[in-house]
Amino acid sequence: MSLHITSPAFKENAVDALANVDLQQALAHVERGFIHKRQAAVDALPEFEALRREAKAIKDHTLAHLDLYLEAFEENALKAGAEVHFAETAEDARQAVLEICRRVGAKTVTKGKSMISEEIGLNTFLEASDIVPVETDLGEYIIQLRGETPSHIIAPAVHVTRSQVEADFRRVHTHLDPERDLTEPVSLLSEARAALREKFLAADVGITGANFLVVETGSSVIVTNEGNGDLTQILPRVHIVIASLEKLVPNLEDVSTLLRVLARSATGQEMSVYTTFSTGPRRPGDPDGPEETHIVILDNGRSEMLADEYREMLRCIRCGACMNHCPVYHAIGGHAYGATYVGPMGAVLAPALFGLEHTANLPNASTFCGRCESVCPVGIPLPKLMRHWREREYERHLKPATERSGLALWAFLARRPKLYRLATRIGLAALSPFGRKGRFAWLPLAGGWTRHRDLPAPAAKSFVAQWKARS
Amino acid sequence: MEGPLVSAAEREDRRRAAVFGKVRRALAGEGEGEARREAVRERLSRHKANVIPARGQVDGESRVALFAEMAEKVSATVERIASPEDLPEAVAEYLRAKNLPSALRMGADARLRDLPWQKAPQIELKHGPSDGHDLATLSHAFAGVAETGTLYLVSGEDNPTSLNFLPEHHLVVIAASDIAGDYEAVWAELRARAEKEGLPRTVNLITGPSRSADIEQTLLLGAHGPRALHIFVVGKG
Ligand code: SF4
Repeated sequence: MSLHITSPAFKENAVDALANVDLQQALAHVERGFIHKRQAAVDALPEFEALRREAKAIKDHTLAHLDLYLEAFEENALKAGAEVHFAETAEDARQAVLEICRRVGAKTVTKGKSMISEEIGLNTFLEASDIVPVETDLGEYIIQLRGETPSHIIAPAVHVTRSQVEADFRRVHTHLDPERDLTEPVSLLSEARAALREKFLAADVGITGANFLVVETGSSVIVTNEGNGDLTQILPRVHIVIASLEKLVPNLEDVSTLLRVLARSATGQEMSVYTTFSTGPRRPGDPDGPEETHIVILDNGRSEMLADEYREMLRCIRCGACMNHCPVYHAIGGHAYGATYVGPMGAVLAPALFGLEHTANLPNASTFCGRCESVCPVGIPLPKLMRHWREREYERHLKPATERSGLALWAFLARRPKLYRLATRIGLAALSPFGRKGRFAWLPLAGGWTRHRDLPAPAAKSFVAQWKARS
Repeated sequence: MEGPLVSAAEREDRRRAAVFGKVRRALAGEGEGEARREAVRERLSRHKANVIPARGQVDGESRVALFAEMAEKVSATVERIASPEDLPEAVAEYLRAKNLPSALRMGADARLRDLPWQKAPQIELKHGPSDGHDLATLSHAFAGVAETGTLYLVSGEDNPTSLNFLPEHHLVVIAASDIAGDYEAVWAELRARAEKEGLPRTVNLITGPSRSADIEQTLLLGAHGPRALHIFVVGKG
């Protein structure tokens, strides 16, 4: 159940994305917005590089001692009055959440933005159990109305244009005057604010993710700009945090260091608007806050990553910088990846979590230009890890021989950007021996993006030419 | 599959054992047990700061000025007040300037409750947590951080957390002397307080009013939280 992985159709998805006018219009905002803002924030803090090195070291230390930190976190969270639940699989986590919701008779739950919730397909599962999940982050609310998944880990609705939001609001908010003016983004925001305010006050349970779990204090930390995550966790009677193993951070000083690189890398803010540390349920005499706090800690494949070379990926703090700087992401957006996690981080993480057999295309969805690694605040060698997945794939003989040799050529070209661009623009025919009769196995950008699925060759315009031509 | 005869508690124990078993196996090559335990104990108790940016390491009035500058950069408004006695009139003036009704909600914090509110008799004062219909609320900050213009607010009867998120206008009072240079200094104070009364349920670090850029990356203020954050800095740094 739950997750619908469409990664095997990556190439078709990518071709559709390039031809999708609305999407291309929306994606222009990623490239224009995030890159300059991050750079300005980095330039304004001379210590940024030193902080990045420390952030990486904090994560490496924590991961190397994760068993001990998990024990200590559990102990401290219990002391603060929270309940801690461990989940080996996505199904365990869904059941843990459902058991709590059932016990308290929950009918509606409000949700703060959580990628773990997406990873375990929580909304579909709750709906099937007659519990109504209401996403409250504006971006998540928009895509929930549209029946979509996030296309970016911090800007889930980045693929949607303003006029599409307007159409969705008119379709769903039918109690409002059909003649109302929704041409300005601010009127859309006010409408969502009013609609969700009622939901916040009515919900039985609030579910949030966590950016960090602080071992020293047993706290969970959320970092947001809207304030929806806070309303989600202080207004309902029960607060459930769902977080994965690698969110642990030893102490408050370590969290402070990670916070200094997180917002700058993500949105170019010095600090996000709301950074909230929650420790257990409300105290005696507290006039607000939840009466019960539950923390569900999810493994779902991460302990296996801990044991091998993909441990480095567990340093990820989900800032989104790698996708904001990725030329492939700029060209096709997140949905083409067909998995919960997208962009370079998704290309490494999705095979580990959902199986290489379903996601083998993703580690190839890269020009290996290296920008992702150069901006990653915790120094994850994303291109190297993508390459390792590809090597694993060949070892498992998942690829036919022609594509393997095609890939060698592709790798040769990819290391030589000028030649690569030339080859992809005018040289498609030269590569045709690697394709099959009259068809072309879209080698230049990624040999093996899709196995056994070819495009008519040569494409009228190469992928690089198409994305160059945009806007 | 686990059958229905397995109790919820047993299921929880099994899931816990499964996760711990896998993590321990994955880390089996990490070396000797006691040395690892010692490393963790040390990390959790030493409270040693990592790199602290130089920016916030200024004192007195320069620190207050930096705090105000950083807060204003993220669209908060900052007003200096010489003495707490001046607050009721300053609040009344703010409400008037923003065309807001003369009503204000606050918690039980004596530093706010005991102000000479008779100086602004037109303000209707309400107390306790917000019901979601307040236009303006008043909180007292635990501390501030000059480095990024960040406020620390802690939960409890004195300053209910709902006051930070439900109003349209959030008014926050901070003593100039409570503005620190960096987060680390505030954590040290919170730890000292926690030794006596435990950590508060919620510690909110607030940097500017609520915002969203989810519609075409256009920055808009007042997504779910307050559209306006007005900070009264009381006294001298
Ligand atoms: S891989 Fe690095 S850049 Fe990408 S989301 Fe994770 S931390 Fe950010």
